[in-house]
Amino acid sequence: MTIKGKAYIAGIYEHPTRKADGISLAQIHADVARGALADAGLSRDDVDGYFCAGDAPGLGPMSMVEYLGLKPRHVDSTETGGSSYVIHAAHAAEAIAAGKCKVALVTLAGKPRSGGAPPGGGRKPVDSPDFAFEAPFKPTVLNLYAICARRHMHEFGTTAEQLAWVKVAASQHAQHNPHAMLRDVVTVEQVVSSPIVADPLHRLDCCVISDGGGALVIVAPEIAATLKRPKVRIIGAGEAMKNVNGGLVDITYSGAVWSGPAAFAEAGVKPADIKYVSIYDSFTITVLMTLEDLGFCEKGKGGRFVADGNLISGVGKLPFNTDGGGLCNNHPGNRGGMTKVIEAVRQLRGEAHPAVQVKNCDLALAHGTGGFLGTRHGSATLIMERA
Amino acid sequence: MADKKTGTPVADIALQPYWDAAARGKLLIKHCQACGRNHYYPRPLCPHCFSDKTEWLETSGEGTIYSWSVERRASPPYSIAYVTLPEGVSLLTSIVDCDFDNLSVGQKVTLAFEQRDGQPTPVFRPV
Repeated sequence: MTIKGKAYIAGIYEHPTRKADGISLAQIHADVARGALADAGLSRDDVDGYFCAGDAPGLGPMSMVEYLGLKPRHVDSTETGGSSYVIHAAHAAEAIAAGKCKVALVTLAGKPRSGGAPPGGGRKPVDSPDFAFEAPFKPTVLNLYAICARRHMHEFGTTAEQLAWVKVAASQHAQHNPHAMLRDVVTVEQVVSSPIVADPLHRLDCCVISDGGGALVIVAPEIAATLKRPKVRIIGAGEAMKNVNGGLVDITYSGAVWSGPAAFAEAGVKPADIKYVSIYDSFTITVLMTLEDLGFCEKGKGGRFVADGNLISGVGKLPFNTDGGGLCNNHPGNRGGMTKVIEAVRQLRGEAHPAVQVKNCDLALAHGTGGFLGTRHGSATLIMERA
Repeated sequence: MADKKTGTPVADIALQPYWDAAARGKLLIKHCQACGRNHYYPRPLCPHCFSDKTEWLETSGEGTIYSWSVERRASPPYSIAYVTLPEGVSLLTSIVDCDFDNLSVGQKVTLAFEQRDGQPTPVFRPV
């Protein structure tokens, strides 16, 4: 069985807030659900499948189904950090293909900026079997991505300036997004002269920390046929867990080496066919490695590939993250997979900002990287087409 | 395993030889008699072949920096690194007693132990 053509992304919504003082996590989930259903032209009572991840408060789907007043016959709370929502889109398509639901709702909400529940949904890392062998060295999100950048530089000669081009491209796009946290265009010089926060990454190699959320509504073809919005069809997906493999460590690649080929094979397309990509951009190195691993360039040549504006819409060959991405726009709940799918749908609908809309955008890819690039992470690739 | 409230290690019979050796300044990894491969962090079942025929292997204490970073915002700043052992596995660790500005991939380091979070913890220092 395949999910190719079995489901459509009918509704999207990105919460406009970037700082949600005085609003509960549950309410943000409800607000984005309402927004995505309105976008699709559907109602709450149409929903018969519900998907959420570790950011959902309380008992996850049990609490949220109650709060939202849903009556799902299918639920999925797959938790793979920021990549969860890319996986949810694929799992929703699987569930629809299997006849388990017809209207699937996926929600995300997070408040790391104003101080809500911690990222990770309150899971206790002390439960993890690696905890006693890693925690004493104080690993952080930041240094566990930086350590990958260091090794990539060593093996392939990648430079700080090449990494900086990823941020430059994101900032070129963010200037057109009124909701973006960082709207100022930056230069390579500004990125590499910003303070080193964890060698070799600079402050401007890092994404923003923002509150907010987002939602998707994914529907069966017969539902999509009744709706008025431009149609976006899911045609392929892949998912993978990458880790340190019992100590046989290689942090020069991500799980995209597995999730990418699976998604391309299912979709029956190749990287050169893709018109637009949403690539998880927790840090500049995340984008560079992911593009290599998905096959958009040869392994080790990501630095050259992203340089000189190649990721800027209207300038380069592979426009990416035209909303400004996590690097400049929004990284709600420290979980960027949701906004990656949302901007890809905007592009396929032709509803991105006119200054960054990719011409004739009929095929797009969204990729999520959740967790820690330098130890263990989830990779999820989703390929969509304009129907 | 670790206590859910305090984060401190609690008894795990399978790992007791590791902690006993660490207290004596020795770093143990696991060797699998079935597939011949080593692994770290140690587990009763080999993550490579899933055999339960694993045994403890004492490491030489030598190592090479595979990659590293320094958390510059911390006070004081600290290093985090992967060090590759001659026994074939790499482990997450810290490089101590060093000038952070002179760390490099491929640098030779040697094992030391520090008491961290109430447990003897393997760290490395430049040779």
